[in-house]
Amino acid sequence: MTDDELIPLRAILAELAPQRRAALLPALHTAQRLFGWITEALASEISRALSVPLADVYGVIEFYEMFHHEPVGRTILRVCGAPVCALAGADGVAQALCRQLKIEPGTVSADGAFTVEHAPCLGLCDHAPAVLVGESAVGSAEATQAAAICAANAGNPLSHVGGDIRILTSNCGRGRPTSLAEYQARGGYAGLKKALTMTPDAVLAEVKAAGLVGRGGAAFPTGIKWEGAAAATGQPKYIVCNADESEPGTFKDRILMEEDPHRVIEGMIVAAYAVGASQGYIYVRGEYPSAFQIISDAVADARQAGIVGPNIFASGLNFDIEMRLGAGAYICGEETALLESIEGKRGLPRIKPPFPTTHGLFGKPTIINNVETFCNVPLILERGAAEYRKIGTERSPGPKLFCVSGQIQKPGLYEVPFGVTLRHLLFDLAGGLNAGRKLQAVLMGGAAGAFATEKDLDVILSFEALRAADLPLGSGAVMVFDDSADLRDVLKRLAHFFADESCGKCYPCQLGARRQSEILDRTAGAGPLAGDRERLSDIGLTMIDASLCGLGQTAPTAILSAMKLWPEMFDGK
Amino acid sequence: MADITLTIDNQPVTVPAGTTILKAAEQLGRQVPTICYHDHCTANGLCRICVVEVDGVRPLLPACLSRVSEGMKVTTSSARAERSRRTILEMLDSAVDLSEAPEIQKLLDENHADRARFPAAERREHTVLDDNPMYIRDYDKCILCWRCVQVCADDAQYTHAINFTGRGFDTSIGTFFDKSMPDTTCVFCGQCVGVCPTGALKPKREALLEQGVSLDEILQATRGGQKRRRKPS
Repeated sequence: MTDDELIPLRAILAELAPQRRAALLPALHTAQRLFGWITEALASEISRALSVPLADVYGVIEFYEMFHHEPVGRTILRVCGAPVCALAGADGVAQALCRQLKIEPGTVSADGAFTVEHAPCLGLCDHAPAVLVGESAVGSAEATQAAAICAANAGNPLSHVGGDIRILTSNCGRGRPTSLAEYQARGGYAGLKKALTMTPDAVLAEVKAAGLVGRGGAAFPTGIKWEGAAAATGQPKYIVCNADESEPGTFKDRILMEEDPHRVIEGMIVAAYAVGASQGYIYVRGEYPSAFQIISDAVADARQAGIVGPNIFASGLNFDIEMRLGAGAYICGEETALLESIEGKRGLPRIKPPFPTTHGLFGKPTIINNVETFCNVPLILERGAAEYRKIGTERSPGPKLFCVSGQIQKPGLYEVPFGVTLRHLLFDLAGGLNAGRKLQAVLMGGAAGAFATEKDLDVILSFEALRAADLPLGSGAVMVFDDSADLRDVLKRLAHFFADESCGKCYPCQLGARRQSEILDRTAGAGPLAGDRERLSDIGLTMIDASLCGLGQTAPTAILSAMKLWPEMFDGK
Repeated sequence: MADITLTIDNQPVTVPAGTTILKAAEQLGRQVPTICYHDHCTANGLCRICVVEVDGVRPLLPACLSRVSEGMKVTTSSARAERSRRTILEMLDSAVDLSEAPEIQKLLDENHADRARFPAAERREHTVLDDNPMYIRDYDKCILCWRCVQVCADDAQYTHAINFTGRGFDTSIGTFFDKSMPDTTCVFCGQCVGVCPTGALKPKREALLEQGVSLDEILQATRGGQKRRRKPS
């Protein structure tokens, strides 16, 4: 590599240098964008520019699935390997693409143009089977259309958005981003303007009174989180948006970001005002290039209009937002792993306590919330907590987004008030099962969720009712499997997902996720061995009890729930 | 600092605030088992062998990191903690060569681990790396306790020659683009070798002696002949 060839990279590195290690992911993305893959010379260049030890740069490249330090095709075809896409024929599509290009998965075509990879859930479950072609999403991919898939170069397929109410999704379902002008014409930024007329304490009180709880999966009360950060000493304070939506079966945050990007930005600015933060980050998963671009553009538009940056709406509030693109690591959806990733490190979860509210990004007080959570905030301010609480149930106030996918008539994003039944969601809204099919199982809450069956259809979708029924709400993923699905294959894929995505930090998950996937390989193949049920049970309970973070603690839950429902499936000979 | 009173296995103990459960238990003469913990390295709660049950807390807590609190009731060997310990040890044994880790061998026995619990399990296998005159690296024996990476970095030497490669089960310890040690920033201080608990890092001389090379031969090879010898006057 000559000095001349390095000029464009060096120019960008000079801009990033003041951030030092915190700019490592952007620097690696830049190198990869310019040169296709990260050579030793490029990695050394980055190490020098950002003052990060060479071995650490390499450790970060190695951690993230989408960083390559060996040659790859100019376009990478990522075929979704999650259960819903597999049921729709994703494996056949991957084989057809490999045949078309005369390559094996992971290798480069002779002309250097393509590499085919198996990907974890791409968040395109409403368009199964899905392929990400470079930065373009292809839905309903067909094995017979391999050449057309390779040539794809435009946007995302149109999402189906429906439901009993259209409040959070009022600007979604049109297949295009809502511009700043349009967002404001439709009442956008009114919640922020109202917040700016109140004291920060009054804003906090309003969010707390609304009873909003986090929509990312952990269901932590948002108001209490914000109070913690507001009371914490230490400056600056940070607002981080967790847009690393990677839970298999979940695509709500992608649609919110792609079609209504200003709503999440508005929610973040309200949070900044409430707790006294001056800097925000939006961390979007690497598999969402289109959402990343749209929300980056929206932040730029808002900055141009004086809504992001210094003196917002002439109120004296200063708050800027910086974008971060992930690089293929489900673990980065865990809040502390995400913070590590922004800091330019391997995405390993931290020990808690201390919690991010007091010791978050760069060790400073930090609020980290999910996209859908932030999107609820403008609504609470605009309507007031009392009005907001009229939606949903007493203990689960507000609207909720559900991602319905799998073997169902109308897969899509559905907005409902908390309190409707699962039956209503699946049969009245999503059109029910395909003709002649019977329900076998519903996977609630994603890969880290649990299975429901026919007998659970009348369960009420609220935090309290689901808790009583021992079912998770999780991220709002609802995957439907009819009687044609092979649940052994579904379980095998879930187990492989966690084995691929475990970060490797703590032993129960590092070792347990792999041992679990080996047993489920047998279960789906030649059949389990004698003692496999006990092995799975010991592994699963050990992971739940002893793992360091939420990934390990939930990785066996779907499998353990299947063992309760269908014990005969795991009996070895 | 204020004192905290708690009970560990029904025995009351009073320790300064900020003490870990591990150290509080030691004060009572109880040894909570550990693997990755080292008194002179940053504790990260990786191995989870030291997990204990605390009343009112759902997950088990790592004793090496968890701080005591007033009135805390700790059980060091509940059924859940014992299942976790045994299962983690069985899984570790199924993946790693523990033949030169006597302390872990002892834990396997004490916790009634079944050495054949996981049939047909993939093991972590690597080629032995013998690329420098000071130490060899046999990562089949590596349990990922992180000590070597930490002493190479902020825990001691600030050399940053090694870091992690891969992730999950396939995590390993490696160098920048897998370079040999002499081509890295390694200063051969030997601290990583000193803290390795399993023989994954081993002094070159020890390895040669084990291979049957005599001490004289080693000295011949490493002293560079008679060059530096001063003639007796």
